[in-house]
Amino acid sequence: MFRRIGAAMAVAALALTGACGGGDDDKSSTAKATDTNFAAGTTMAKLHDAKKITIGTKYDQPGIAYKDPASGDLQGFDIEIAKYIGAKLGLDENQIEFKEVISKNREDFIKNGSVDLVIGSYSITDERKKVVDFAGPYYVTGQQLLVAKDDDSIKGPDDLKGKKVCSVTGSTSIATVEEKYGANPVPFGTYTECVNQLTSGSVDAVTTDGAILLGYAARQPDKLKVVGDAFSTENYGIGLKRGDTKFRAWLNDQIEGSFKDGSWKKAFEGTLGKSGVDTPEPPKVDRY
Amino acid sequence: MDVLLDNFDTILDGFRETIALTALSAVCAIVLGVVLAAMRVGPAAPLRWAGAAYVNVFRNTPLLLLFVLFVFGLPTVGIQASFFLRAVIALTLYTAAFVCEAVRSGVNTVQRGQAEAARAIGMTFGQTLRYVVLPQAIRTAIPPISSLMIALARNTSVAEAFGTKEATYVLDSLGRDHASALYWIFAGIALGYLVLCLLIAGGFRLLERQLRVAR
Repeated sequence: MFRRIGAAMAVAALALTGACGGGDDDKSSTAKATDTNFAAGTTMAKLHDAKKITIGTKYDQPGIAYKDPASGDLQGFDIEIAKYIGAKLGLDENQIEFKEVISKNREDFIKNGSVDLVIGSYSITDERKKVVDFAGPYYVTGQQLLVAKDDDSIKGPDDLKGKKVCSVTGSTSIATVEEKYGANPVPFGTYTECVNQLTSGSVDAVTTDGAILLGYAARQPDKLKVVGDAFSTENYGIGLKRGDTKFRAWLNDQIEGSFKDGSWKKAFEGTLGKSGVDTPEPPKVDRY
Repeated sequence: MDVLLDNFDTILDGFRETIALTALSAVCAIVLGVVLAAMRVGPAAPLRWAGAAYVNVFRNTPLLLLFVLFVFGLPTVGIQASFFLRAVIALTLYTAAFVCEAVRSGVNTVQRGQAEAARAIGMTFGQTLRYVVLPQAIRTAIPPISSLMIALARNTSVAEAFGTKEATYVLDSLGRDHASALYWIFAGIALGYLVLCLLIAGGFRLLERQLRVAR
């Protein structure tokens, strides 16, 4: 009940500020590729012929990948990237099936074939590379802190010692604040729940990738603020089945293509850019 | 396998929290459960109704819902308790309803004539319960209460998603840091829960033997 009120308020705030408003998404979609000619036996050919791709993404990260509770639409930067990849496979937008993933089931979903790709604020790490492969990075962000607007005691990660810091169970962010900065970690299931605990005063800060925090701050600017410089580097990549080298190379080509043809910039400006940050330089793709 | 040995301290910390949650909730739930059972078998009609209402509400509400209610609800009415305490409250209120019914079923196995005889020689309701009915009722109620406490130990894992760093939280953290050893980690944590539950069962088995009457 309390969460429903919270969600309703969030929707109301969204409608007022238009921070992450949808409606004008259509302009950002990439035209479907018509000159597709994939070598037989490759994953690209398989997906193209099946006329369907299943992409795992997050549903709870405003600006990145977020399911609007009112309309049910998915919106955000990752969603735009997913649509771009789909278009380059020669698929219509309705042939892309999105499936919700959470941080701890991403590897399993890729391994058991529940999803063809994961595009959902998926940081490339060496440990994860042992289980899945990554194309990209297509976006670089860093861990930051979200605190109450009137809180001046936390200005950066060095002020976190002994403070209650909320993040999602099993995320890299929660490990960093505990191990490096001596914070008292408070695990919750989703970022929305963490933000709820912050506004109710039960925790001192919420931590995760800055891009995600900006999305939340933009929705309650009179209550929340993002403080400090980024204290980690998170390289968002596209997760795919380990060992599918041809598919990975092709995905990397598409990511670089989106940098060159302006789609990447357009996708950013239509989503994360709305929180007021400048469009950054696209990262360099790592073909390991 | 190495993952488990290398992170043994972390795993132990997680289980310490799990055990603390279990122990505190168990004590509170058993006390509250016995009080509720006394209300339900007692002579005062309003107390009987209150006890029945409590059981109907808390036994039929999913535990997750109670967690949401207390973890998100308490601050909105101005109560700031630690996440640990909020978890204990949710677990206690939930488990007490079941304990109440287990104790009540035990009370029902004691023949009505015994209570009547106790009252006839001038014992009060409290004395009858304490010296005549409960000592016998507890004997019957111990096996079901033992099962309830095992369920409670496993139910503490729900607290992971509500701000408490217990054993299941450790499972998720290690799973993140060592994705390739996921099954080892899972097996290790599962083994920990197994040992905890076997200890609880063993404890109640001892108690059962202790209270057994020679026939």
